[in-house]
Amino acid sequence: STLEPSLYTVKAVFILDNDGNRLLSKYYDKELYPSMKEQKNFEKNVFNKTHKADTDEIAFVEGMTIVYKCSIDLFFYVVGSSQENELMLMAVLNCLFESLGQILRKNVERRCLLDNLDGVFLVVDEIIDGGVILESDPQQVIQKVNYRVRHLQSQAVSTVWMNTDSDMSTILEDTDDYRKL
Amino acid sequence: MIKKFDKKDEESGSGSNPFQHLEKSAVLQEARIFNETPINPRRCLHILTKIIYLLNQGEHFGTMEATEAFFAMTRLFQSNDQTLRRMCYLTIKEMANISEDVIIVTSSLTKDMTGKEDVYRGPAIRALCRITDTTMLQAIERYMKQAIVDKVPSVSSSALVSSLHMVKMSYDVVKRWVNEAQEAASSDNIMVQYHALGLLYHLRKNDRLAVSKMLNKFTKSGLKSPFAYCMLIRIASKLLEETEAGHDSPLFDFIESCLRNKHEMVVYEAASAIVHMPNCTARELAPAVSVLQLFCSSPKAALRYAAVRTLNKVAMKHPSAVTACNLDLENLITDSNRSIATLAITTLLKTGSESSVDRLMKQISSFVSEISDEFKVVVVQAISALCQKYPRKHSVMMNFLSNMLRDDGGFEYKRAIVDCIISIIEENPESKETGLAHLCEFIEDCEHTVLATKILHLLGKEGPRTPSPSKYIRFIFNRVVLESEAVRAAAVSALAKFGAQNDDLLPSVLVLMQRCMMDSDDEVRDRATFYMNVLQQKQKALNAAYIFNVRLCLSVSVPGLEKSLHQYTLEPTEKPFDMKSVPLANTPITEQKTEFAPVATSKLPEKPGPTRQDIYQEQLAAIPEFQGLGSLFKTSEAVQLTEAETEYVVRCVKHTFARHMVFQFDCTNTLNDQLLQKVMVQMEPSEAYEVLHYVPAANLPYSQPGSCYSLVRLPEDDPTAVSCTFSCTLKYLVKDCDPNTGEPDDDGYDDEYVLEDLEVTVADHIQKVLKPNFAAAWDEVGDDFEKEETFALASVRTLDEAVGNIISFLGMQPCERSDKVPENKNSHILFLAGVFRGGHDVLVRSRLALADGVTMQVTVRSSDETVVDIILASVG
Repeated sequence: STLEPSLYTVKAVFILDNDGNRLLSKYYDKELYPSMKEQKNFEKNVFNKTHKADTDEIAFVEGMTIVYKCSIDLFFYVVGSSQENELMLMAVLNCLFESLGQILRKNVERRCLLDNLDGVFLVVDEIIDGGVILESDPQQVIQKVNYRVRHLQSQAVSTVWMNTDSDMSTILEDTDDYRKL
Repeated sequence: MIKKFDKKDEESGSGSNPFQHLEKSAVLQEARIFNETPINPRRCLHILTKIIYLLNQGEHFGTMEATEAFFAMTRLFQSNDQTLRRMCYLTIKEMANISEDVIIVTSSLTKDMTGKEDVYRGPAIRALCRITDTTMLQAIERYMKQAIVDKVPSVSSSALVSSLHMVKMSYDVVKRWVNEAQEAASSDNIMVQYHALGLLYHLRKNDRLAVSKMLNKFTKSGLKSPFAYCMLIRIASKLLEETEAGHDSPLFDFIESCLRNKHEMVVYEAASAIVHMPNCTARELAPAVSVLQLFCSSPKAALRYAAVRTLNKVAMKHPSAVTACNLDLENLITDSNRSIATLAITTLLKTGSESSVDRLMKQISSFVSEISDEFKVVVVQAISALCQKYPRKHSVMMNFLSNMLRDDGGFEYKRAIVDCIISIIEENPESKETGLAHLCEFIEDCEHTVLATKILHLLGKEGPRTPSPSKYIRFIFNRVVLESEAVRAAAVSALAKFGAQNDDLLPSVLVLMQRCMMDSDDEVRDRATFYMNVLQQKQKALNAAYIFNVRLCLSVSVPGLEKSLHQYTLEPTEKPFDMKSVPLANTPITEQKTEFAPVATSKLPEKPGPTRQDIYQEQLAAIPEFQGLGSLFKTSEAVQLTEAETEYVVRCVKHTFARHMVFQFDCTNTLNDQLLQKVMVQMEPSEAYEVLHYVPAANLPYSQPGSCYSLVRLPEDDPTAVSCTFSCTLKYLVKDCDPNTGEPDDDGYDDEYVLEDLEVTVADHIQKVLKPNFAAAWDEVGDDFEKEETFALASVRTLDEAVGNIISFLGMQPCERSDKVPENKNSHILFLAGVFRGGHDVLVRSRLALADGVTMQVTVRSSDETVVDIILASVG
């Protein structure tokens, strides 16, 4: 039962919000979950089994190895076969997470991600191509995507919510500055 | 201030999703601005994002609307906004299968792929290859070759990966790019190395020599990419497995050297490869196990998981190799990641000593409710294996399992527990009553019909033979009152079995049965009425035949029964339908113990498909010479008549019919310069067996298996002649042929090839039948034709060996699990059941005693005297 040598490492990748809704998802193995219904069931199942244990980073669901990470109100998942090298999957997940962190200026949360969804699509496209790991170095990914973050207003709003202890007025001034831009 | 902000936040809805209420039609409407001049990149970008988002959510786009949007999008190539262009590439890929005429963008993409902007080139190649077919690929072949060896890594990688995707469709074209891929493999960029290696392997994987050369080159040159190393390790271990090379091979040395790589990913891949190799010695495993041991204390959960999962695999085959890691595994039991904790504990259950079982079980119970069902099943399987290893611990396990049974959980999980309890009951008679009690409690509140009926069946089988059968009646009758039809029907059948075997319970059972006859469901009522009538006769033989050893539905092949009944309706006759004419189903071989690692749960429902014998029956019925032989009674396992590595490979399958046998010879010609014709196997019998027909195979080209047959009549005047030896010779016409084209010469010559002798034995005339209650079957057949004889088996040293020999010699089904000899016993009784050719039941009771060899007293009963004589004669 040796693993067939192949570059096709990633079976699927998806990003869910904290209610388990799909924000982005790509399935690279056509035979794995051919219909949208099966895909969403799988995502629901994965979400139910992982969202409470958000620091666990690895799980085994429906015969697939899942590595995952959570950030504020987002969940990132990379799926591989049960025989896949877990560390390869982890390299993909880390690259995805760090690239998005840089692109979104560390605001890896739902609203900011949705405001820059085009950038997110492009990042995923640079990391995985049809299930093959195309790039695993976040710096390279950022360089290739060459994307500029947008919608700083909502980013600032969310910053307010994250830093309720900090000085409100300064943050609000910042917000005004951004708006002028 | 803050309040104001609150309100604002509610309005803008920081928690809302700006894409949530998108309407496809509105978005497509918006897409019309793609045609406006000048192009507004920001707005267009937003619309493309919406389209991709909708596609990603599973929104369906019709061909018309998709094509329209696609064509509008092509206009955006006029803009030089980088992100917009990149989003166009993504749209092309997403729409490649939905829109028509996507090839319209070919020239734009070709331009981008060969242009000056490096940011565009890679993604353009990937989009282009997504919409390209084999013919078009040839048109861009020149560009692809250049791109593969391009200095810019992202261009080279994109070309290599796209080529890999194209291999499936256009192997012949991509194959021509091997030299370019070879050049790319020596790139300094680690991803280019990896992609080039992957493509090269895919192009060469069917050429073992080329793969071997490639490995040799790359293992020496020292690649930089850890991904490429992992790939090399996989290729090397596959090659090792295929060539069955010993572990002194340089490939093994390479894999072992990767255990010292600086990347954890590579080290783990190497360790995993070694662990999965067949026939690894403990000494070869040791270095791999010790790196896995180190990983057990890694701060990274994924690495700990990977390590313990792999150690779990090792523990299945070499538990002793893992004992060194016991301390590390103990630490993982409290790991916050429950998957890791579960794997650690199940590994320990395999490697730990009997004394540690109680402690481990206590630890599992502390967290079992927190893990997913998949892992609960893994735990149950580990417990099941443990019960077999340490039968004395069954009470601890049983207790634990009953607690698990009470917890919440899905069907697969509950089924695993029930199966495990049933197997404990079967292995340890003293645990029977506790086990049944737990199962009774379980069916009181069980939502799974399949499990409830399974348990009711078990209660019916085992309950009547326990010291106090009456206590089960209440549980069973509760089912009749409370459950669905299928469960009620099963409960009625179970009740009947108590009534049939326990005289003092019979009056109460009859009362209950009377109430079941009022049931609203037809099946339940029919069963109750039927059992009521049988039970009222108070005849042991009737009870056995119709209540607890029901032969009809248990042992015939269902497709066979269907066919026979169909045949019966086609030919009007006065005679009643003869059940004995229906072929028997092969008793399923007890299933192999499955691996206890997390493996994919099979999604296929278990369908009772046609058996191997049903398939043969079908094939034989299609041959005119074999018309009128009746139903196929038994098909043997294949017997090899040649050595493994000879010019011609022949194996024989024996098919037994009521009065004939058909020998099927499956032949393979392994010479690529020969075509064989008119192939047949000539048979010379040692006894009064008469060869009636030969059905030759017309052609036997190189490496394409073909079958020829011989039809033999069994000696009618001497029914006891059940064994016979045939000397066999393969006869054929040889035509030499061109090894490359397979074109044969016109002329040929006759030749022959001597095969090994073929034996027909008593086992070929007996079909296995499982009697769930052997004692009842024994009474049912009665002692009209009973014979007994005693034999000394001088050459046999153990009871186990004796039992194995008898079973394989007679080819009968062991009943009551009597094929398992308890440890440290000097005597044993083996019960065997079967049906002899022609449809006569035959039962064998064999008492074995061990003392300087084994003494065996055989008692045979059958509904036919000749059959008794045949069995005894063949044993002697």
